[in-house]
Amino acid sequence: MQLSGWGRYPRAECRLLRPRALDDVSALVGQTPLIARGNGRAYGDAALGAPETLAMGQFNRMLAFDEASGILTAQAGVQLAEVIDVFLPRGWFPAVTPGTKFVTIGGAIAADVHGKNHHKDGSFSTCVEWIDLAGPDGTVRRASKAENPELFAWTCGGMGLTGVILRAAIRLRRVESGWIRQRSHPAPGLRSAMALFEENHAATYSVAWIDCLAGGQSLGRSLVMTGEHAEAGELTPRESADRFVRQGKRAKAVPFDFPQIALNPLSVRAFNELYYGVGAWNRGEGLIDYDSYFYPLDALLEWNRIYGRRGFAQFQCVIPLAAAEAGVAALLRRIASSGQGSFLAVLKRMGPQESRFSFPMEGYTLALDFPVKDASAALFTELERIVIDHGGRFYLAKDAFLSPEALRAADRRTGQFTAMRAASGSAGRFVSALSERLEL
Amino acid sequence: MTQTILILGARSDIGLAVAHAFAAKGWAVQLAARDAVALSAEQADIAVRFNVPVTLHELDALDLAAHERFIAALPVLPDVAVTAIGLMGEQAENEADPAKAVTVLRSNFEGPANLFAILANCMIVRGSGTLVGISSVAGIRGRAANYVYGSAKAGFTAFLSGLRNRLAKGKTGVHVVTVLPGFVNTRMTAGMDLPRKLTAEPKELGQAVWSAVEKGRDVIYVRPIWRLVMLIIRHIPEAVFKKLSI
Repeated sequence: MQLSGWGRYPRAECRLLRPRALDDVSALVGQTPLIARGNGRAYGDAALGAPETLAMGQFNRMLAFDEASGILTAQAGVQLAEVIDVFLPRGWFPAVTPGTKFVTIGGAIAADVHGKNHHKDGSFSTCVEWIDLAGPDGTVRRASKAENPELFAWTCGGMGLTGVILRAAIRLRRVESGWIRQRSHPAPGLRSAMALFEENHAATYSVAWIDCLAGGQSLGRSLVMTGEHAEAGELTPRESADRFVRQGKRAKAVPFDFPQIALNPLSVRAFNELYYGVGAWNRGEGLIDYDSYFYPLDALLEWNRIYGRRGFAQFQCVIPLAAAEAGVAALLRRIASSGQGSFLAVLKRMGPQESRFSFPMEGYTLALDFPVKDASAALFTELERIVIDHGGRFYLAKDAFLSPEALRAADRRTGQFTAMRAASGSAGRFVSALSERLEL
Repeated sequence: MTQTILILGARSDIGLAVAHAFAAKGWAVQLAARDAVALSAEQADIAVRFNVPVTLHELDALDLAAHERFIAALPVLPDVAVTAIGLMGEQAENEADPAKAVTVLRSNFEGPANLFAILANCMIVRGSGTLVGISSVAGIRGRAANYVYGSAKAGFTAFLSGLRNRLAKGKTGVHVVTVLPGFVNTRMTAGMDLPRKLTAEPKELGQAVWSAVEKGRDVIYVRPIWRLVMLIIRHIPEAVFKKLSI
């Protein structure tokens, strides 16, 4: 069947393997090269098999929960949305969450996703206690910081290429409510946006929406949004009545593919003007529910359809701190002049992170999406050049365009990753469209 | 007092969805299936998600002689019992090998009917209870594509309606709900190309069963549109029907 990632580009003819039981996965691993797929929320080709694709989303059983430590043991197909549904009413929340709650735990580990608290709490791997992984010979091994630490380190951020994640134990964080105390700070340009991030380093969550069509004086115009989990005493009667936001808002679905013309420089520019204007008007503090704060796009199911039939591509890079301002400014100038920028552009300060093959490093990450057009590949190549020249690297969970050469130029760890794959025998066993494209 | 639901055929996606719907309301759950120990992940899952007690019970739907003992051995006679026992089989195999067809007939009709017959008598003694039979729209009219399965479900549907009639007339306090799910997105239908508007998610079905039990409904379709679809199918003259491939 034809599968794609969340960006709906590229699409590939895959064979979906649906084992009946989790214990059957080991036997499958020996039979054919494959890649595990969770809920298909990686944007590009990370979870497309070549062609065998192992459907892991069906393995969504929660196995144990320790009320004292907040450690949840679960099969890899459990989604963060389910974790929140079950545990937020009991006062727990994922310690790290990306911008969608529809990711599986297995996918979150494989991509070592990050959230709005990366500067403070690090990536998803920091809340992973252990992983059960079916390796190249089908044997299931437990990996943690103490047990098989090498395997653990390569698997977090390993894009599923070290084995199939079967189960994991993750640590949740205690919260007193499902509400977020949000403060928004308008920043008229890139420098002031970055200054705001540095000033607000102590905030638990921080992220900026950035207007990637603004140029000149307004280059990098942003709304920096910081957030804290609201404590029970900080809620007004309105929120107290629904302390854990149990009445989730009804999600709406995008009913059809938008024609590509719907997103054009004019409509995006108009949206950006409005968004910045309203944001600047609403500056200051307010309480919003966790869904609106962390997952604004999840409220619009299948929002990927607004980019039309051809799909879209995400571009996400991180530039190290010292070169961040120059690098991000160069990227924004290039994007503004292309007129292709989208209204979903995000800037975020990342904290330090040591890892084998994970994306994050200390610096600034910029994420935007582009409708896939004939011109996209050329623009992407130029953006890649800018990132490489500033010492940055790329987020493979979002990527669909990178070349093996660009990956290696950006990330010296790639050679060690492929050497590990060859030595462990996972190279021939765990194969995705991404690993084929990038020669991993 | 905590109420208890028994799921017969608890390995099925439909059985589990019903278990989830009731556990979400605080009900204790009994999961019964063949090789029940292999359901320990499902047991843990329901217990973790809903903070309710969940027990596993070994059951072979085809081993009729063991059914009395199975029910007597339950820690408590459930308030609601649901059978999601079902075996679709491959129609082509059922045609070529009558023994396979008989297994399909027994799994969908004989086994569930025997279990409900015993449970009904126990519930009558107690004076309360609800039996929920997951039957099928395939039982409304036999079609070339799956008439072995369909005929067994037709038998089970008739059994449920007769049992309901008997229990209602006798003012026993025991009620029977017949569920005709239509298409449901489960492992049984994985790989089939099903029309989206007619296909329910298991979760929807679980909710539908919950509210049918709450309201004491007799026969439910999960998606209302099926009532219309089956009304039409019921009224196609046989001379025409026999030539159709639907």
